[in-house]
Amino acid sequence: MIDVAAFLDRVQRFGLDDDYRVQALKSAMQELLSASPGRVERVLRAMSDATEEPVPSATIQGAFGAPRPA
Amino acid sequence: MVSRVTDDYTSMVTAGCRAVCEPAFWAGFDRKSARGFEDYFLQLTDYEPRRAKKFLLPHFCWLCINPKESEDVKLAEDVLALIPELLDRPNVLGIGEIGLNKNSRNELRVLEMHIQLAVDHGQLILVHTPHLEDKLKGTKLIIDALKSFSNIDAGRVIIDHVEEHTAKLVLDQGFWAGMTLYPESKCTPARAVDMVELYGAERIWMNSACDWGVSDPLAVPKAGLEMRRRGHTEAVVDRILYQNPISFLSQCPKFRLEGEST
Repeated sequence: MIDVAAFLDRVQRFGLDDDYRVQALKSAMQELLSASPGRVERVLRAMSDATEEPVPSATIQGAFGAPRPA
Repeated sequence: MVSRVTDDYTSMVTAGCRAVCEPAFWAGFDRKSARGFEDYFLQLTDYEPRRAKKFLLPHFCWLCINPKESEDVKLAEDVLALIPELLDRPNVLGIGEIGLNKNSRNELRVLEMHIQLAVDHGQLILVHTPHLEDKLKGTKLIIDALKSFSNIDAGRVIIDHVEEHTAKLVLDQGFWAGMTLYPESKCTPARAVDMVELYGAERIWMNSACDWGVSDPLAVPKAGLEMRRRGHTEAVVDRILYQNPISFLSQCPKFRLEGEST
């Protein structure tokens, strides 16, 4: 938790608070306070690409942790 | 294991590992031609089993062009053409690890070519699923692709790298679910044990990532330790870590371990 807090301070200090990955992280973090089991699955789904069709081509090989905005 | 040092073989044998199963995977860089794969397949089917044998560890492998290099369909076709004549090698278990990486049309096309190859030659299939934001979508596309082959036996397919949001999807369709363990990213031993507790011991196994990145050949024994810490019986630990992999892999008649009757 301290690492996450430090990470959020760090990205803000570097002016990256609006980065889509930071926004996705903050959104998914709401699940951590949920009283219902299944938090990890809901966090993973919140960070997942919700589209269903294959992309036209693979322009990169890595992943970012959250779907890139269209 | 082409990306590991011999100390890792020693550590695995010392920890009780009885065999190593190495999928064809990304080399850390993109190979420029099929000839690079030709050498790689010889390494997997000839040199590496001899190296592992020196440390008393039986070595098995899977063959394919991995999803990260599957965007180039012509290259994939050339690589796939090399595979049939290698399938009779004594340590080849099947086709893998095939699958998707970025969920592209070409990756999907190459996946289908691999599935057809496996069907044509009666091979087991090992499937890689994408990571992070691509995993859920990719797993669904992979399941749809496999199901589009009417003659696929789901019990002869293991879909690997499942996590909490994909394990049930895989198991519900009758496939085996693999959990590849990493020390500090993706699926950790603790989360893998969580999934065993949530989804049961049927058609599920664990394996240690032993690649070019941060990974740990002893991740599976460490997961066993985590199970014992939580009070799982030795019988359950043995089933998950040992008997389940034997059950799946023994569907390939070449998979035999000394002292096992399977």
